[in-house]
Amino acid sequence: MENALLLLSYGPEGWGDEIVAGIQITVSLALATLPFGLLLGFLLALAINSKEKSLQISAKIFTTIFRGLPELLTLFIVYFSAPGLIRSVVHLFSPETHVEISSFVAGMIALCLVFSSYASEVFLSAFKGIDQGQYEGANALGLSRFHTMRLVIFPQLFKLALPGLSNLWLILLKETSLVSVIGLADIMRQVGIAAKVAKEPFLFYGTACLIYLVLTIISSRGLGWLETWSRRGEIR
Amino acid sequence: MMRNNAASISSSLLDWARAPWPFARIFGHVVIALWIWGAIALVDNLIQSYDPDYMARYSPKYFWGFVTTLKLVVISVSIGAVLSIPVAFGRMSRNRIFAGFSYCYVYFFRGTPLLAQIFLVYYGFGQFRPELQDMGLWWLFRDAWYCALLTFSLNTAAYQAEILRGAVQSVPRGQPEAAQALGLHKAVIFFRIVLPQALIVALRPYGNEIILMVKGSAIVSIVTVFDLMGETKRAFSQTYDFQMYIYAALFYLVVVELMRRLWDVFEDRLTHHLKRIPDPE
Repeated sequence: MENALLLLSYGPEGWGDEIVAGIQITVSLALATLPFGLLLGFLLALAINSKEKSLQISAKIFTTIFRGLPELLTLFIVYFSAPGLIRSVVHLFSPETHVEISSFVAGMIALCLVFSSYASEVFLSAFKGIDQGQYEGANALGLSRFHTMRLVIFPQLFKLALPGLSNLWLILLKETSLVSVIGLADIMRQVGIAAKVAKEPFLFYGTACLIYLVLTIISSRGLGWLETWSRRGEIR
Repeated sequence: MMRNNAASISSSLLDWARAPWPFARIFGHVVIALWIWGAIALVDNLIQSYDPDYMARYSPKYFWGFVTTLKLVVISVSIGAVLSIPVAFGRMSRNRIFAGFSYCYVYFFRGTPLLAQIFLVYYGFGQFRPELQDMGLWWLFRDAWYCALLTFSLNTAAYQAEILRGAVQSVPRGQPEAAQALGLHKAVIFFRIVLPQALIVALRPYGNEIILMVKGSAIVSIVTVFDLMGETKRAFSQTYDFQMYIYAALFYLVVVELMRRLWDVFEDRLTHHLKRIPDPE
């Protein structure tokens, strides 16, 4: 028991500081992915909802691909092909620039692709929950399309989409563990190194599970609070 | 006739081009062009780098890897389905201990990544080798395949328990009450009244869970099980040929898409009686 505490402590003997660094990487990866994933997911939902056939089809191809591929495979494909792709695009404009993509960015891109295709689904069903009369009312008030979206539709959409998005956030948080296989020093990787060196795999992997559990509990508390806040206008 | 067809095609092409081109339409067509270009580049790449040697060497491996993936999913989903029943009842039970235990079980398996769980089982339990050998359980924890099966079954049992619980609780209370009033036995009420109605609600989530398992199964490649992903990684490490990943991606895409279509058919068939026939106007 004392040995376990020593191993988990801060300092040269323990692995506490390494694990905390891993937590920072995991959390920042998830937080960095979230805004891009939400934005892309929202745009995909708009594209699928639009009257323009070509936009619908291209958005559907995107979501079909990234909902059908295993996250691990997406991660590998992005990790191995994104540097070349981005390089060739950048070289079109400035052939001299040296481009390199860290595993953090590769992980971010892969997670963002997966997250956005699921988020588009959530937004789509939220769009279905908004009455047609809301658009008509906004139109009758003379609001522009942008203002209709921002002032009338979006606040309602946010409330309807929140439960689905909370679920996706929890999934995202867990999926970040996959980036350990492309060499990013997140919780799983730090814990794996510690387990190998200290020869205490059960202790360290158990700790990793507990850390993820705590992250999940904190997030679901926060999201629960956000959900009550979003429903504050409703009659109880 | 031919000329007529050609004329109508060219006139519809003209209509297509003459229709207004707002920004959304231009953008949509550019993206579609990009998709088509990407698909052509991909196929071209696959044809260019086609190597009969690789094909002969790796296609049987891919096939068996694929079979391993399917086996893993089918077995663990079935075991999980059986395990999920007591857990779901535990979640609905009024017994504090039973309910608390199943709550913790579900929370643990849904709140931690599958990767961490599989590492905990495969590497973590390896630490207790002497004790496990004494208990005669070492064969289970020695083999990566059994560890993967165990972890996946326990994991999906937690998810399926929640699906089952949600579905059973979605059946209106009046249904079992009415059955009780008719003097039916408890088991009969559950299996003949509640469960059939619950399973229709649970159909879609069950399908999603199986798809998630197919996709999630890729991570067993990290603990040295040679499923489709494992074979792909091995082939890539031997050839450094990126097309290995493309083939795997195609495999997974086809399986998941087929499953989704199949589930749509299932749902259509099973909910036929719930559909409203539109009034003829």
